[in-house]
Amino acid sequence: MAEYIIETKDNKWEVICGLEIHCQIISKSKMFSGASTVFGADANEHVSFVDAGMPGMLPVLNERCVHQAVKTGLGLNAKINRYSQFSRKNYFYADLPQGYQITQFQYPIVGEGKVIINLEDGTSKEIGIERMHIEQDAGKSIHDIDPKKTFIDLNRAGVGLMEIVTKPDFRSPEEAGAFLKKLRSILRYLETCDGNMDEGSMRCDVNVSVRKVGEEGYRTRCEMKNVNSVKFVMSAIENEARRHVEVYENGGKIEQETRQFDPLTGQTKVMRKKEFAHDYRYFPEPDLPPLVLTDEYIEDIRKEMVELPDAKKARFIKEMGLTPYDADVLCENKEVAAFFEKAAKGSDGKKVANWIMGDFFAMLKARHLDLEQSPIKPEYIGKLVNLINSGVISGNIGKEVFQIMADTGDEPEKIVEEKGLKQVTDTGAIEAIIDQVIADNPDNTAAYRAGKTALMGWFVGQVMKASKGKANPGMVNQLLSKKLG
Amino acid sequence: MAIDTETVKRVAFLSRLKVDDDKIVETEQEFNKILGWVEQLNEVNTDNIEPLVSVNQTNLECRDDVVNDGEKAEAVLSNAPMQEFGYFVVPKVVE
Repeated sequence: MAEYIIETKDNKWEVICGLEIHCQIISKSKMFSGASTVFGADANEHVSFVDAGMPGMLPVLNERCVHQAVKTGLGLNAKINRYSQFSRKNYFYADLPQGYQITQFQYPIVGEGKVIINLEDGTSKEIGIERMHIEQDAGKSIHDIDPKKTFIDLNRAGVGLMEIVTKPDFRSPEEAGAFLKKLRSILRYLETCDGNMDEGSMRCDVNVSVRKVGEEGYRTRCEMKNVNSVKFVMSAIENEARRHVEVYENGGKIEQETRQFDPLTGQTKVMRKKEFAHDYRYFPEPDLPPLVLTDEYIEDIRKEMVELPDAKKARFIKEMGLTPYDADVLCENKEVAAFFEKAAKGSDGKKVANWIMGDFFAMLKARHLDLEQSPIKPEYIGKLVNLINSGVISGNIGKEVFQIMADTGDEPEKIVEEKGLKQVTDTGAIEAIIDQVIADNPDNTAAYRAGKTALMGWFVGQVMKASKGKANPGMVNQLLSKKLG
Repeated sequence: MAIDTETVKRVAFLSRLKVDDDKIVETEQEFNKILGWVEQLNEVNTDNIEPLVSVNQTNLECRDDVVNDGEKAEAVLSNAPMQEFGYFVVPKVVE
């Protein structure tokens, strides 16, 4: 694995990074109330009196949120805690009407786990998960409507969140980026979170420190809150690590603080110093007894588990003959993987993968289509590959058939039949075309026979053209050599 | 544990309560009285005893994932001192 080292005149520094990721749980209703979680409603329409923090209202836990958390925990190869507990995290903010967030502190629902990340040079690395707990989201503050006022929408208040905390295992921006992509892929396979960072349904806090290569222990870290894209997370780590190195090299000290990442400049600036750090005064949530899960409950969820990207990738490599790179690309998205599997059934996996990753993706992109809007049925790609593999059509005609498939949605056999695109493999028919080409071009024939063998390509081209691309190229080559020679 | 003047001020700040300066000493004494009373519990031997989270011994009852609440923005906003376009409005808060 390529090491990521910041080198200065006198020192070599390595980066230490850990992530905390808030993932919005997919559920119909909120974690502790029956209000809807649907995004994009009018302000405060999806708010119950529980979410609004009205006196006397009591939270009732949504079983779906527990289910989704357990499923995610299993997907992170993590320990599911039979006993967990809710706590109150106290702070005042206008978009938190209760004055506290119901979260989990000492006893989270999910314990240690691990995720394998795949790096660009083809290597893999294991990233440790420290814990995952469930909690409620806050409302949304809008600061830019009025210069003197903040507008509050509580539609998001109370939506279920899973907070995943990694171990400080990242040693480069690339590793953190690869982790976020893998996590997003796992969550989408599990359908426990939609993983859209730009819509805020997955939000990332980044912890960064540096140390000299070979140094034991960790130095002071800084935290950057709510960095909202994979690219920004990578650039935040890079810039923050460089800032630390600069401070140390100039004899300074890093203060533990919360910093804000500015996507425009890529720089971070201080948001909150440690002495102003919140004092959350956590205590056990008196309105909710501890959450106790039975083995049976967990096993029932385990039975629902789908094949996750790592397992699917391994199977595609082993059973379909794909390269690790192809398998990675096709497995990142569950729908793409399913499309590929349908296409490859009864066909040549490797070649189907090439078609999907090449012409097929290019066609979708050019026509601004999503996979589910594809005009071509997956099994037709497998059939097209079979037509080429068995010599019924040539590769070039295959491309033509593919375009017609994209235009009409017809199956390839029908197109080949209707348009008369079958490859000509009849020796007599090809010989007749060759004879005609030779007869029409006495000058080039003479030149070839006089030793200008480079003209062979030109002759092949003429014959292919005369056959409208349908002559078998291998046979054309062979017969031409014989006839010209 | 004894509470000093600084702690009283800090707790007041965290609770967003205004405590007048001439009340601070009194509050400090009250805190210490209460804590002193609670600290008597330390005389009980609690070795090897799990902390009791709640005296309520029932299991946590869950509800099904059904949307059956919300859609009452008017009622939710009815106590708000300030509201505009369906939003709660507060003095500007930017960290």
